Amino acid sequence: MTDRGTPLVEMRDFSISFGGIKAVDHVTVDLHAGEVVGLLGHNGAGKSTLIKCLSGAYQADAGEVYINGQKVEINNPRDARAQNIETIYQTLALADNLDAASNLFLGRELVNSMGFVDESKMEAETRKIMHRLNPNFQKFNVPVSALSGGQRQSVAIARAVYFNAKILIMDEPTAALGPQETQMVAELIEELKKQGLGIFLIEHDIHNVMKLCDRASVMMNGKLVGTVNVDEVTDEDILGMIILGKPAAQAA
Amino acid sequence: MADIPPTTSDIPSNDADQSPVGRFLRATEIDTRLLGMIGALMLIWFGFHFYGVLVNGQGFFLTPRNLWNLSVQTSSIGIMATGMVLVIITRNIDLSVGALVGVTAMVMGILQVEILPQYLGLGHGSIWIVTVIVGMTLGATIGAFHGWLIAYRGIPAFIVTLGGLLIWRGSAFLAAGGKTISPVDETFSLLGGGPYGAIGSTGSWIVGLLACAGVLWMLYAGRNNRRRHDFRLRPMWAETFLGVLGCGVIIGSVLLVNAYPWPKGIIRQYAARNNIEVPAEGLFISHGFAIPVLILIVVGILMTILMTRTRFGRYVFAIGGNPEAAALAGINTRWMVLKIFALMGMLAGLAGVVASARLNSATNALGLLDELYVIAAAVIGGTSLAGGVGTIYGAILGALVMQSLQSGMVLIGFDTAIQQIVVGMVLVFAVYLDNLYRSKSK
Ligand SMILES: Nc1ncnc2c1ncn2[C@@H]1O[C@H](COP(=O)(O)OP(=O)(O)OP(=O)(O)O)[C@@H](O)[C@H]1O
Ligand SMILES: [Mg+2]
Repeated sequence: MTDRGTPLVEMRDFSISFGGIKAVDHVTVDLHAGEVVGLLGHNGAGKSTLIKCLSGAYQADAGEVYINGQKVEINNPRDARAQNIETIYQTLALADNLDAASNLFLGRELVNSMGFVDESKMEAETRKIMHRLNPNFQKFNVPVSALSGGQRQSVAIARAVYFNAKILIMDEPTAALGPQETQMVAELIEELKKQGLGIFLIEHDIHNVMKLCDRASVMMNGKLVGTVNVDEVTDEDILGMIILGKPAAQAA
Repeated sequence: MADIPPTTSDIPSNDADQSPVGRFLRATEIDTRLLGMIGALMLIWFGFHFYGVLVNGQGFFLTPRNLWNLSVQTSSIGIMATGMVLVIITRNIDLSVGALVGVTAMVMGILQVEILPQYLGLGHGSIWIVTVIVGMTLGATIGAFHGWLIAYRGIPAFIVTLGGLLIWRGSAFLAAGGKTISPVDETFSLLGGGPYGAIGSTGSWIVGLLACAGVLWMLYAGRNNRRRHDFRLRPMWAETFLGVLGCGVIIGSVLLVNAYPWPKGIIRQYAARNNIEVPAEGLFISHGFAIPVLILIVVGILMTILMTRTRFGRYVFAIGGNPEAAALAGINTRWMVLKIFALMGMLAGLAGVVASARLNSATNALGLLDELYVIAAAVIGGTSLAGGVGTIYGAILGALVMQSLQSGMVLIGFDTAIQQIVVGMVLVFAVYLDNLYRSKSK
């Protein structure tokens, strides 16, 4: 692989197990600014668990995070946010009883000069960003439990995008989206990439991977199978890695 | 066949909720649940009153005297219910609040009757202040300890507070060796109401007019805020209606509490103390709002601001809606739970102040079974045991409903056994109605 300088993020030698199951087993991945790295693997391969260690949701048993070459401690979601890491979780992580604006600003509410939550300003900001991401979205004053799966996903995406992330983690961001909305997310990813963000994208659709990702890291049973440059391999190669769990050269 | 003229039933079905009532509710943005609770309250009030009229030839419920007493009796349960809302929203429960009332009241009783007078002198002006601060701090500390066991040691709230119920009830007994501590400090006793513990006619008018100004200001500021962000405005008639309704209720209650005069004995005592000549036809001195009721109202306002206008309140709702999502959003959920239980404990301490001041003594039975009434008040007021949903005003109204039932049954002479049966059935039925309401409004 060509040397491209210090990566934006490097997750070095991560391991975490849940009661005997090694969900992530000595995995190392990295990500450069302006790059999209796909994380692939069968169900239960450990993709979500790996990125949850980066987002602060889990505390790994072992592993170190380097951001721009500096070692950082990420012990909880607040630490991750402080490093400009934003995450769209596979489960979306929305509080169902709150409306879109409250979810978007959850943990980072806008307050006025008196320290009170500025609800109208948050709603106005939410309207702005939702208009950009999903112009059809109109349900601003209902709890998100009343939204469709795709609408909920738009809210989760808006939350990750709104706060000027440098590192974006997207765990199957288009799983619930229709073709038009999926296309919009694809365009959004391209746009964010141009702005210099680094994006970890967990995605099962191999066509989206080929289209959106620069590199792909494949996992199987918690272990890293290998990382490939997407434009140097075919989708068959990557599928082979996912299914057989062998690096591309041998799979091909 | 001749053409059938179009009738109202030809209106497409999606206009069905454009009935005048539906339109009215949407324009004023009045919560239908609130209407339901007020309806239930009116049903109870008029029911008991006319039961009295029919059976005894005279109704005692809808009298200034009874409604004033009702407001005082509601205070301590109401104060705690506002805290229980937060506890239940975050999917916890606090069974210890009644015992906390007991133990804080007992400690405050001993402090102000046996300890402080030794150092400050009997009747010293600061006794009540020190006592109240100690009582509320004690409540908050015990609550924080419960919260710590729950949040940081992973013991379910049900168990921690069930244990707390027994432990603190027992501690209250041991603290005074089973004795009743009385009478409490004279100024302290004003916090429990009574003729002297009320703010009189002029004071009530001042409070009432300030409250009216507050209502109008809120409507005005709310409208300005919506305009600034280009949100939909309420029609002007709806704003006017809300303003008139709000001020009407406030002024109505001022008139009500001012219509309840001091009893003759108190007037004689008061006149003798202040060298006033009582005229032959007697003096009419109004009670006005009772101090514990004002405490409840202030607590209600502060708790509403806390829940709707601060980050803390947001986090309470978020934790209740999805604890995992709240944690992933960077909220320190354990610390929040600890703080919520500390707040609940502090409010139980305040309720201990009001309850012991009203009784003018600290007894072993003080606050007994209060936890059940407090939980019932919150739940009847629309706080969902599944978490994530609840309002402060609902809990206070719920406390009023519970207390109205209770007082009404006492007035018409139901004995305790029947009272318990009725209250139990009402609680179960109210939650059933609430489920129906929720599934309909989904
Ligand atoms: N909190 C947890 N407790 C116990 N086991 C867990 C936990 N989280 C994940 N696991 C286990 O770790 C393994 C990896 O799960 P993970 O969610 O990371 O898979 P994934 O690659 O994201 O799969 P999918 O494509 O289905 O989302 C699975 O065997 C799962 O059962
Ligand atoms: Mg996953």
